[in-house]
Amino acid sequence: MKYALYTGCTAKESTPELLKSTMAVAKVLGIELTILEEASCCGASHLQDFDEFLSLVLNARNICYAEKLGLTLITICNTCQINLATTKDRLDNDEELKDRVNEKLKEVGLEYKGSSEVKHLLYVLRDELGYEKIKNMVKKPLSDFNIAPFYGCHNIRPSELQNITNKGENPYNPTSLDELIETLGGKAVEYVRKNSCCGFHADLQAPNTAAKLTGLALSEAIDNNADFVVTPCPLCQLNFDVKQHEAGKKVGRDIELPVLHLAQMIGLALGLNKKELGLEHNVTEADF
Amino acid sequence: MADAIETKKIYLKVFRFNHETDYLPYYKNYEVVVSQDEVMLDVLNKIKWEFDSTFSYRRSCRHGICGSCGIKVNNRATLACKERVFDMIELFGNEMTIEPQSRKRVIKDMVIDKKDFWDKYNAVKPYMITAVDEHPDSENYMSPHDYENLKEADICVQCGNCYYACPSVEVNEDYLGPASLAKTYRFNFDTRDEAKIDRLDTVNDLGSGIWDCVKCYECAEACPKGVNPIEKITYLHTQTFQEGRAKSNVATRHAVGFKTSINMHGFLDEGMLVAYSEGIGVLKHLPEAFKMFRKGKIAMPWNMPKSKNLDEIKKLIKSSSSAKF
Ligand code: SF4
Ligand code: SF4
Ligand code: FES
Repeated sequence: MKYALYTGCTAKESTPELLKSTMAVAKVLGIELTILEEASCCGASHLQDFDEFLSLVLNARNICYAEKLGLTLITICNTCQINLATTKDRLDNDEELKDRVNEKLKEVGLEYKGSSEVKHLLYVLRDELGYEKIKNMVKKPLSDFNIAPFYGCHNIRPSELQNITNKGENPYNPTSLDELIETLGGKAVEYVRKNSCCGFHADLQAPNTAAKLTGLALSEAIDNNADFVVTPCPLCQLNFDVKQHEAGKKVGRDIELPVLHLAQMIGLALGLNKKELGLEHNVTEADF
Repeated sequence: MADAIETKKIYLKVFRFNHETDYLPYYKNYEVVVSQDEVMLDVLNKIKWEFDSTFSYRRSCRHGICGSCGIKVNNRATLACKERVFDMIELFGNEMTIEPQSRKRVIKDMVIDKKDFWDKYNAVKPYMITAVDEHPDSENYMSPHDYENLKEADICVQCGNCYYACPSVEVNEDYLGPASLAKTYRFNFDTRDEAKIDRLDTVNDLGSGIWDCVKCYECAEACPKGVNPIEKITYLHTQTFQEGRAKSNVATRHAVGFKTSINMHGFLDEGMLVAYSEGIGVLKHLPEAFKMFRKGKIAMPWNMPKSKNLDEIKKLIKSSSSAKF
């Protein structure tokens, strides 16, 4: 299985453990990833607030490089996913817009065709590799752990867009992560806020809002006996991991809860070691 | 004999509260048989007619147009008269928890006090402001193209589903919220209206306006009419820049900072973005920056990743930019 990997900025900067664990896990699972080194930032759902057309052009360029390889583009960040998938959806359904974007891309010798799919790693694992296959490769079942799945907005909403690639995941009752946890032998924690927002995108301009949302979600996970949280989105991970003490203050309690990336959790079950999964980069000690 | 009508049994856990007599809310269980063509409003009616005539909820038109029957079913914002019960069974199975849109604001059962919703709705002058001739000779024409540009924002029925699903509203009672902002769009993108600058200034206040949206898309999911408020909020952001009404603050600099950073590296320079957005306020991020630094989470200038073919990116930014700050 071959895919083009769009790393996003976070995996190259503030969550180096995400890229590390993704590459390590892919190798074990027999997934060949070609990193799109030419790619730029997706705009993180903020650039379009300033300049929508520019955001479309840059993301179309990103997808072009996967198309050149003839591969499906994999994302490992929910927000990269929604930005790239939105661009694809709009260009694939609006010839005039596509032409306008291609006019620009032509200046740098590229053309957006619409031939590559854009999918988050989570759904590639579920729908293309298959959880059954992962199950057979588990070396250290996570049977000691209650694991709180945190889905992250930009993989499940708006469902009209996301359902193109996530096969009917219900944003009010998502199951893909819960099922993965069970596949790895862990116990998925049931809690209401698993499909809610961590607040990341208002972090700078509305820090209280962001911190409260993070605090509420983590509190609920703790109250339901979570040993750690797992999320497919590095932005949720950052907010939860780096800011949990701040968030705790906002909701009036101490919070101490490890937060793992999707690939880190899978890696643990596949028997990869701490170093290979970059666990030393997690701010809240994740010493498993 | 005619074909038998398909029926199913559903198990309901229903939120009950009467602010005049109850100290705390409680949940009551009901079992109801539903048939294929019934909607969630029929379920509410059955509870009232078959079990407890004091059960209270708002409804009027039964046609998805008065906007009064918003409730939550398994935490999903639902316009009761529009949602078919069988579709809900497909989504959730046959056990459903029925609650008011906001438990905090409940008066009786499903009936809530929507004052906060209406106050914010009124705050953005939700009506056309223009110097029209009161006795015109011809209609005040709007082209089909201009009308399409309203992108369905005009069909909002003020049900409040989006507003009471919004997490930013949940934790910040000052935030105007999705319905009020979608309404702002509805008039700000109406070619006949003349008050857009005024409204833009209202919705640009930090703490209550467009920059307090956490981009969770709950409102898009919650709206029974396809208004897609978050999409409209994004266009209010861009309109703010286009009309030159963006004040230089942490929010606007943050949006613009992405372009600057991509132009330099292709990737985002996370540290630079925070510093540029916050200005002197960057100091408050030091403790967290220190934590991140210790864990090898901060890219230093000398090892900032750069995109391959960066010249392409720079060229595209130059040729495709459509906004100024
Ligand atoms: S996208 Fe913004 S307005 Fe819509 S529900 Fe989320 S925070 Fe509220
Ligand atoms: S935007 Fe949609 S959900 Fe929000 S009040 Fe209007 S109709 Fe209801
Ligand atoms: S009763 Fe009027 S919208 Fe449902």
